[in-house]
Amino acid sequence: MECLRAGSNRLMQSVSPEAVHIAADRKNIMQDIILIGLNHKSAPVSLRECFAFSEEDAVYAIGALRKLPAIREVVLLSTCNRVELIMYVEKSVEAAVAARKFLSEFKQVPPDQFETALYQYGGEDAVRHLFRVASSLDSMVVGEPQILGQIKAAYFKAVTYKSTGVILNRLLHRTFFVAKRVRSETGIGDHAVSISYAAIELGRKIFGELTQKKVLLIGAGEMAELAVEHLIRSQAGAIYVANRTFERGVSLAQRYHGRAIHFEEIPTALQDVDIIISSTGSPEYVISPKDVTAVMRKRRHRPLFFIDIAVPRDIDPKVNRINNVYVYDIDDLKGVVDHNIEDRNREAIKAERIIEEAVIKFANWYDGLQVVPTIKALRNKVTDIANGEMEKTMRSLENLSDADRQAVVRMKDSLINKVLHDPIMFLKESGCHTDKAVYLDMVRKFFRLDENQSE
Amino acid sequence: MNILHFVTIFFYMLSTAGYIAYLFFQKSYWQKTGFTLLLMGFLGHSLLMLLSSLQTGLFPGQNLQQTLMLAGWAFACVFLLLQYRFNLKILGVYAAPFVAVIMISAAGVPAAEISSHPFFKSFWIFFHVITTFLGNAAFALACGVGFLYLLQEHAIKTKNTGFLFRRLPSLDLLEQTGHACIVSGFTALTIGLVAGILYAKVVWGHFWSWDPKELWSGIVWLFYAALLHERLTVGWGGRKAAVMSIIGFLVIMFTFLGVNLILEGHHGVFTRW
Repeated sequence: MECLRAGSNRLMQSVSPEAVHIAADRKNIMQDIILIGLNHKSAPVSLRECFAFSEEDAVYAIGALRKLPAIREVVLLSTCNRVELIMYVEKSVEAAVAARKFLSEFKQVPPDQFETALYQYGGEDAVRHLFRVASSLDSMVVGEPQILGQIKAAYFKAVTYKSTGVILNRLLHRTFFVAKRVRSETGIGDHAVSISYAAIELGRKIFGELTQKKVLLIGAGEMAELAVEHLIRSQAGAIYVANRTFERGVSLAQRYHGRAIHFEEIPTALQDVDIIISSTGSPEYVISPKDVTAVMRKRRHRPLFFIDIAVPRDIDPKVNRINNVYVYDIDDLKGVVDHNIEDRNREAIKAERIIEEAVIKFANWYDGLQVVPTIKALRNKVTDIANGEMEKTMRSLENLSDADRQAVVRMKDSLINKVLHDPIMFLKESGCHTDKAVYLDMVRKFFRLDENQSE
Repeated sequence: MNILHFVTIFFYMLSTAGYIAYLFFQKSYWQKTGFTLLLMGFLGHSLLMLLSSLQTGLFPGQNLQQTLMLAGWAFACVFLLLQYRFNLKILGVYAAPFVAVIMISAAGVPAAEISSHPFFKSFWIFFHVITTFLGNAAFALACGVGFLYLLQEHAIKTKNTGFLFRRLPSLDLLEQTGHACIVSGFTALTIGLVAGILYAKVVWGHFWSWDPKELWSGIVWLFYAALLHERLTVGWGGRKAAVMSIIGFLVIMFTFLGVNLILEGHHGVFTRW
């Protein structure tokens, strides 16, 4: 995560001074988009679990928040690692206070207990944060794919209960688009970054599919058990558990619906299994090259994959020299993971660039939703059409006198003004009392004012 | 050089470029591009062979140039079939340049005059040549797959999980593909050899004449028979099978070219130049 931050800083430094200036200008707009939340970095799990929203809680909460006068649109995202409120508000200060108050009352946590864990972003920062979350740059495991689905679910819930409008609809759709782009254009989710998962990936490179591959777990330990769980999720076949104390083996085997075997049976079991995960406290090697060569012929030279998580090691490293046998110890696996993390961080820099681009685009769109630029764009569009048509007609009317020409031009100009008078008055007035974004967006779509803005 | 021959080479080379881009950038559209180009090259190739056989009234395998073209055609054909059956996309990195090189060398050798001996007008000789060539093409692919297997096996053994490790498929898929190549190659070769032996009886009056080509073809057949036998009995797979399929293909190369060019025999006319 730290490297990631360093990456984005570097990115900022390379931006030209003018760009920073423009960015500073933009800071002032979009302040009515705010994001309040807490995540695995800002809050301990004990606090996060207090704020977890169940399905019904979430439905109730978006209804209640929507009713607050300061808040116009809201989406609530609640996962095991984060709770976030994305809002489009009337007045940002009041809305933020109201939202915090609501959280505190609804979850019955006094404000002083969670205020420090909350973060709040406004404008571009809020948009950027949402894009980063959806692209899984803000996740505990960078690149994990679930978060996008969770945001989609949160958004559809908001849509179902009508708590979103023009702004958040657009924002969330952009979010999905950006997240997909990050996923397809960078390798951020490509490779395993945990030891146990790296072992599984290696297994896939040896066996192809892991379905029906038999597993032998020797000893026990958190990492070893995690690897076994990954294997079960990949539909591995029978699971054997060998432990020095047979009772412990039996209880472990029960957990995985496997079979406990005696420690002395390991050499025979090697005939049958494909993947061996070893994690004992034994000071000597548990499996020697002799044990393995003895079974290779009987197993018809099918490959064997040893994952040795124990320190000191359980599998004699010489075993790796036997044909069709592969041994990975903890350091080898760490090497794989480090390599993958390096790659992932490199990809994260690329992802930050994509996100930055999307933030600017969204800000441009939002910019357009102001009254003055919209009026300007509308006038330009109509004027352009009128001028174009006039030029065409004038070319074929060569015998017109100069005075006649000017009269026609005057007529054109007053036609433009008269046609635009009512819509412009409407836009200027509607801004004061109702949700102006709706009308502005409508006008922009109606006259295709955003046409040149590529999607 | 025939314009169609040139077009075929052009497509095969573009396909090679596509597959190399796929190797580096890992984007599936590069693989699709490479595959499509190869397919187009293959169509041009087929048309080229068809036209030349219509011209001479003989199947194209009468001199070294035509024989090389036929070998390349058989190779591309087997590769395309293999792509349909196995999801081994990266193999194009081997197959596309391979067939491109064959076609370029075919363009490089002078087209020797074709003597239309009545022996060579029989359907049986056509059948004999096609099946042996398809068989040998399958062995050539097995050799490529064997290379990929050794590379991936080495990467996993030495814990070098970098460039190649990520791009190459699992050992299991490589092994299955290699095995499928060898089984189909062996089947085709067996049929081809039997057809040849029977035809020899018809035209020369004896099945086997200890001609060097016959001898070496027999060696190739025995070699792959041994490989398959070992696999069935003691489960000879993985690294050993990969090494053997590479060696086997070297023997084939010798049988195909070496025997014809160095040792004389009754197959010599087909590789005249």
